[in-house]
Amino acid sequence: MSTLHTVNKSPFATQALMSCLNHCKDGDAVLMIEDGVYGALAASGMAEFVKSKSGSVSIYIMSPDADARGLAAEKLLGEVTGVDYAGFVNLVTEHDRTQSWL
Amino acid sequence: MSDTKKFLYVNRKAPYGTIYALESLEVVLIGAAFEQDVSLAFLDDGVFQLTKGQKTDGIGIKNFSPTFRALGDYEVTKLYVEKESLEERGLTEDDLQEIMYEDEDDDWEEKPSIRLVSRAEMADVMADQDVVLSF
Repeated sequence: MSTLHTVNKSPFATQALMSCLNHCKDGDAVLMIEDGVYGALAASGMAEFVKSKSGSVSIYIMSPDADARGLAAEKLLGEVTGVDYAGFVNLVTEHDRTQSWL
Repeated sequence: MSDTKKFLYVNRKAPYGTIYALESLEVVLIGAAFEQDVSLAFLDDGVFQLTKGQKTDGIGIKNFSPTFRALGDYEVTKLYVEKESLEERGLTEDDLQEIMYEDEDDDWEEKPSIRLVSRAEMADVMADQDVVLSF
């Protein structure tokens, strides 16, 4: 039993990503969408925390949202996997529930 | 076979700055008609929704905080409140409204609806649901 968590706000604007990562269970997945993609920036103050969770939780990013914001792959944490819209749907089907962190 | 599902309404926003808190409560009340197994979670700024002494006359918005005390009549009796979120905001359980329900399985004894839980316990509550609705 596992949960897909989505985060759609920048971690520098709200606590959503922080709170999400603090409530994840091992085996869960986190998908950063919309402004949530800023949470994957490798050089940011959030990077260490995201990295520290990436062992027990799978971290994904919506590539179209990252691309739209000019976040090049080399600027992003290596622990984060890019997905497209079809990949988002697959993630939804692979988990028992989806929880949005607004 | 029972069609009952476990629904969790997650509340993470303070009451009057955005419409989320009121909308959540409205959806809970509507959903109560469907006789599902409903729980509410209050964490982060969501804990401010349950504080005592809200007076909204001066801002022209309905004070909906008394409505939480009516939830028991709709068989919504599990309000999980995260301890860490209270502590980070300098709050204790004494700052929250008393919300009671009558337990029909225990001679209608009055019991508290608010259940203080740790962050880890809140994660367990979330992982135990069929459906999670976030506000």
